[in-house]
Amino acid sequence: MDPLSGLIAPHVVIVAGKGGVGKTTVTAVVASAAASRGRRVLVVELDGKPTLGQWLHGVDGVEVMTISASEALDEYLRDQGFARIARRLSSTGVIDVVGTAAPGIDDLVVLGRIKALERAGDHDLIVVDGPAAGHALTMLTAASGLGDSVDSGPVRAQADEVRALLGDPTRCQVVLVTIAETTPVNEIVETAFEIEDRVGVQLGPVVVNLVEPAAIAAGRGPERGDDEPVAAEVVRAVDAALHDGRIDADQAEALTAVVEFAATRAEMQRTELARLRDRLALPMVVLPALAGSDHIAALARWLVEDADGRGATDA
Amino acid sequence: MPEDAATPTVTPTTSTTATDRPADLVEVVSGVDVIICCGSGGVGKTTTAAALGREAARLGRSVVVVTIDPARRLADALGLVDGLSSEPQRVPNAPGELWAMMLDADEMFRSVIAEHAGDAEQADRILANRFARSLSGSLSGTQEYMATEALYRLHDDDRFDLVVVDTPPSRQALDFLEAPGVLTRFLDHRVFRLLMMPTRRGLKVINTAAQPVLRAIGRVVGSDVLADAVAFFQAFSGMEAGFRDRASAVDELLRASSTAFVLVASPRPDTVTEAVWFAEQLERHRLAVAATIINRAQPVFGPGTLADACAGRDAAGDDVALAAAWEQLIEARRTAEAEAAEIEPLVAVASGAVSVIVPLMAADVHDAAGLDAVGAALMGSAGMSTDPVGR
Repeated sequence: MDPLSGLIAPHVVIVAGKGGVGKTTVTAVVASAAASRGRRVLVVELDGKPTLGQWLHGVDGVEVMTISASEALDEYLRDQGFARIARRLSSTGVIDVVGTAAPGIDDLVVLGRIKALERAGDHDLIVVDGPAAGHALTMLTAASGLGDSVDSGPVRAQADEVRALLGDPTRCQVVLVTIAETTPVNEIVETAFEIEDRVGVQLGPVVVNLVEPAAIAAGRGPERGDDEPVAAEVVRAVDAALHDGRIDADQAEALTAVVEFAATRAEMQRTELARLRDRLALPMVVLPALAGSDHIAALARWLVEDADGRGATDA
Repeated sequence: MPEDAATPTVTPTTSTTATDRPADLVEVVSGVDVIICCGSGGVGKTTTAAALGREAARLGRSVVVVTIDPARRLADALGLVDGLSSEPQRVPNAPGELWAMMLDADEMFRSVIAEHAGDAEQADRILANRFARSLSGSLSGTQEYMATEALYRLHDDDRFDLVVVDTPPSRQALDFLEAPGVLTRFLDHRVFRLLMMPTRRGLKVINTAAQPVLRAIGRVVGSDVLADAVAFFQAFSGMEAGFRDRASAVDELLRASSTAFVLVASPRPDTVTEAVWFAEQLERHRLAVAATIINRAQPVFGPGTLADACAGRDAAGDDVALAAAWEQLIEARRTAEAEAAEIEPLVAVASGAVSVIVPLMAADVHDAAGLDAVGAALMGSAGMSTDPVGR
């Protein structure tokens, strides 16, 4: 199976991960890859930043939508028949008061909007660029927290419907994103266990982003260290060239340093990938670190064309 | 700041007084009382704060580092095996007097309420309220607010002469600057005014239920939840003045010339954009950026240029292994050039500030040796950029 299929199996995919690991990049890549397979994709982003709109501008079959908590709450109140009140609430900034009176209501109405979009059925796939890892847990537990404290009424109904969405693996899954470094691996393992324990939502494949190409040996799983001799061989060639006078000492030093640096990082990443595989019983999808402005399209091609299992490995 | 007569000449680009801007981070950590590290999530703020703290301690200052990140990252890196607590802990084996603590926003909130309450009974009444308990977790900006409160208290604490703050990864970077007033602004909401209207004793809930806005809120969130909110605002009565006074004192501390804002970014367009925006906001608030720090930058290998590397590869001929080495150097230098272009806007907007680039380390920074390597890069110690592998 290619890496993409596991990522987009259910209708709604919520992408979560700590800041800096490339959560937004993964959202864009998954959306582009799915669209290239003919899916009608809706990308939902929650923080109002223009990044996804820019990256996915002009990609066929992908629509980008922003859902903000205050707008969602506003719309929710209108739907409940409080149009006039909603207007007054926004103008006085009372959403803070409502949000505090019923903690999690902002997260709940956002998830409620996503659920409504899923039900509308205008798209084959909804990819949500979720909040950063810590907040993701808060957001995903909002429905059960509120459902427990509110006995009846519109909030309770909304919470029940959101819980049904999150609890159904055929409708929704969470894709965690991390990078192959010690602390991020520890953190994602912790987050995965917490999400499993406290939310009961299906966890999809874990995406490991920004992996040095040298840590992904061609045609093999990422844990194999077969390029190690290659780095040593390259360093020997540099030494030989210095010895023959084909390069000078400064050049030899720079070349050796760059090769050793890449090899050290690749080795560290292989170790961390192996550790992640040991500790999490989840499929893993590896994305290479690519430079350049078209990295979204290049990574999307990697996900779709990579049918021989080079980037994806099953747990 | 000592020796302020020897002012370096910098070009004042804004209304901000640029008279005693420091020349490097050694001067920054030596000369100020407070360092506030700002930036978007994932750029290495926590690591930067810890490394700055260690370097300041090395220079003889009594330093406390406050982190908000609940991850064990800072505790591990500092070698605190039992993790961080909400009280400052002395860091063992530090290169000087270094303390660290992790903000517990909830505990700080309780402590703030206790401090401002008229008596223990009022504090208990507020803290027993469900609305109050959820306030510290759900009101946006509360975490930043509690961070500024911690900063204020630590600044007053005789044990420390430098406080380094790792700010929360905000959705709104400006939250920290506006944080001291977050509760007073909340109290100023119109609904709060309605709830505080003098009424006959015991009839407030019934009375507020007559207000259409409150009735609507009650129908959405449930009337018991609304009753909690009403009880909270009533219990709060009489405490606003104390909160307002403290807010302006904290605001003053944030604006003091002895407080340095350090912007942390990575060489990626989104984090640079956020840092630039924050720098502009600081200038608008008539605050100066003391330093910009770019973390995890492409390391520089050797003195040559990208063109030199391309020429080298062409000269390698059919030596495939040597050509592969040149290819890696080409890639590294191409990345370095792209990154230089990406960080240019930040360097431009904070033109009078110290600008430091910390190269990506070969290994994850998660121990004292890693922090020392970052610290050496921050302080501009020789030898860093030439040996990023750390051997």
